[in-house]
Amino acid sequence: MSEYSLEDMLQALQEQLGEKMEVSSDSFFTFLRVAPGEVLGLAKNLRENYGFNHLANLSSVDYGETFEIVYHIYSIPENDKIAIKTSVPRNKAEIDSVFSVWPTADWQEREVYDLMGIKFKKHPNLIRVLLPDDFEGHPLRKDFKMEGR
Amino acid sequence: MAIRENDEDVLAKNNVIVTTFEKLWNWGRSHSFWPMSYGCNCCPIEMMAAGAGRFDIARYGYEVFRAAARQADVLIVAGPITLKMKPVVERVYAQMPEPKWVIAMGNCATSGGPFADGYSVLPGADSIFDVDVYIPGCPVRPEALFHGMLELKKKVESQ
Amino acid sequence: MLETDQFKINIGPVHPSTHGGLHVEAVLDGEIVTDAIVHLGYVHRAVEKIAEDRTYAQFVPYTSRLDYLATHLPTLGYVQSVEKLIGVEVPERAEYIRVIMAEFSRIASHLIFIGSLAIDLGATTGLIYCMRDRERIMDMFEMTSGQRLVASYMRVGGIAQDLPDEFIPAARSFIHDLPKMIDEYEGLIMGNEILQARLKGIGILTPEDAINYGVTGPNLRASGIAYDIRRAEPYGIYDRFDFELPLGTTGDCWDRLNVRVAELVQSARIIEQALDQIPEGETKAKVPRVIKPEKGLEVYHRIESSKGELGYYLVSDGGEKPYRLHVRAPSFVNLMVLPLISRGGKLQDVVANIAALDPVLGESDR
Repeated sequence: MSEYSLEDMLQALQEQLGEKMEVSSDSFFTFLRVAPGEVLGLAKNLRENYGFNHLANLSSVDYGETFEIVYHIYSIPENDKIAIKTSVPRNKAEIDSVFSVWPTADWQEREVYDLMGIKFKKHPNLIRVLLPDDFEGHPLRKDFKMEGR
Repeated sequence: MAIRENDEDVLAKNNVIVTTFEKLWNWGRSHSFWPMSYGCNCCPIEMMAAGAGRFDIARYGYEVFRAAARQADVLIVAGPITLKMKPVVERVYAQMPEPKWVIAMGNCATSGGPFADGYSVLPGADSIFDVDVYIPGCPVRPEALFHGMLELKKKVESQ
Repeated sequence: MLETDQFKINIGPVHPSTHGGLHVEAVLDGEIVTDAIVHLGYVHRAVEKIAEDRTYAQFVPYTSRLDYLATHLPTLGYVQSVEKLIGVEVPERAEYIRVIMAEFSRIASHLIFIGSLAIDLGATTGLIYCMRDRERIMDMFEMTSGQRLVASYMRVGGIAQDLPDEFIPAARSFIHDLPKMIDEYEGLIMGNEILQARLKGIGILTPEDAINYGVTGPNLRASGIAYDIRRAEPYGIYDRFDFELPLGTTGDCWDRLNVRVAELVQSARIIEQALDQIPEGETKAKVPRVIKPEKGLEVYHRIESSKGELGYYLVSDGGEKPYRLHVRAPSFVNLMVLPLISRGGKLQDVVANIAALDPVLGESDR
């Protein structure tokens, strides 16, 4: 836990990643938007060098052509927060799993796979968690039509 | 010689009760339902409250909640039946020996409740088996559960 | 030597426990558990998809049905998320009433925890005592909102209606009687040697594993980490109250029980301070009839529920219905450590571990 401030960290990350990272913020969070391939590296960096050890929330949103995946991360010792955002194309919805950085991603990624259909590469056990194994489709997608009963 | 109405009273005063086998069976069955403890969701919490001190299901004789299906005779479906739970409930129902009855407790078990337009909740317990008593409510108050069980008792007694 | 095989046994989803449809497949070597595979989804009611078809105000009743044991806490998290999206300030009196209801919900949830822990380990009487005391809280919820268990008492911008006159005396009387109730539980439940033997040293969760697996709430504090969202990121008016965070030392089931019993006392402290400070005033802010947050706004708001960090991720598209609502359920994440803490223990300890982790399947499966 070194002495650092959020601005210093953002500056250091910007220097490292350059154009690959876009920083934006709203009244609640600072967002680091990167390409899907950079997420695992950024996650490792945030955990190991800046103490962000609590992956609070991992969710996905269906925006039609792309799926956006957002990670809300907190640092328990420093009491800081930050968020990572990335987008994957609908026809190739896959991204590296962050299980190796935050083991809590185990079930949170399974839920995203189950309900939205995004595949997480190198996940230890990527199977459905909430729906029956023989369920067809991914219900939280906007084009999921519910069968009439 | 048939037994007339006031003869029964005379006999009862002398501690002799005359009845039929059916009435005796029905009396025994309806006064001691053994509910199967099944449920997921909010309604079983009210079922637990019904079994606890203030509402006291024991005064009706129904406090013997059995965890094993083979020892129970009433299946109180408390809560929604989801896709994943459907085969489990069917199996539990099949394991219960005859005679058995089903009470659909709550809006979710009656019709799907507030989740009826989702993709995961069945539109009521009667889509898989015959239900004897429906108790509306979300969740069902313990008093309403007692009313439902007493309705079932009336139904069984009159069989 | 005899060749032995590992044996799989199913615990649940229909089992005489109060946790709902939880299915644990225990892989046994004799009586030692080598693995515990958790299967969820038996109570999956598609709440997140339904949310996309309900207006922001229509979704309020669904929140209580997520974690039905802590009646008002999920509702508090949701209405505060929507208030953040539309930028509404809640009147003071409503904030105080919300705190009182939230802390009573926490007490009710912990009372059920103690009772169901007792009954899962075989001590049926424990549940009856806890339910008896919880009925007093149910009465208070009923007199304010009309509902015992899944009250939708909070609204976006405040609360549904003001407190009736009987509420404050009933609340003060409950707070006054709480120490006696805890003494009774000490004598009946916590002081019982068999219960202590079944909980001490069982299901140890190290602090590193707890943080790695995202465990929050009393389970995290039982492992020794002092992290509570009411302190770390206060929401509402929680920064005005003085309360302690009970901590455990070893992270076993016994610590989890003791942390929650101590939290009963702390919640009572908060309620007492709120009852002393509550002002008169409005109970609902002016909120548009149809709530339509700006397009593109999103928020992740989290509260300290009785089970841990309950978060709502809301994305708006400018319409009257949310574009995406994701509920970060503490029970879903907490249950992830069940295999970890059960391995190497005995079969009976799996039941103790489940009960001590305090999962609510309604919120875990949504």
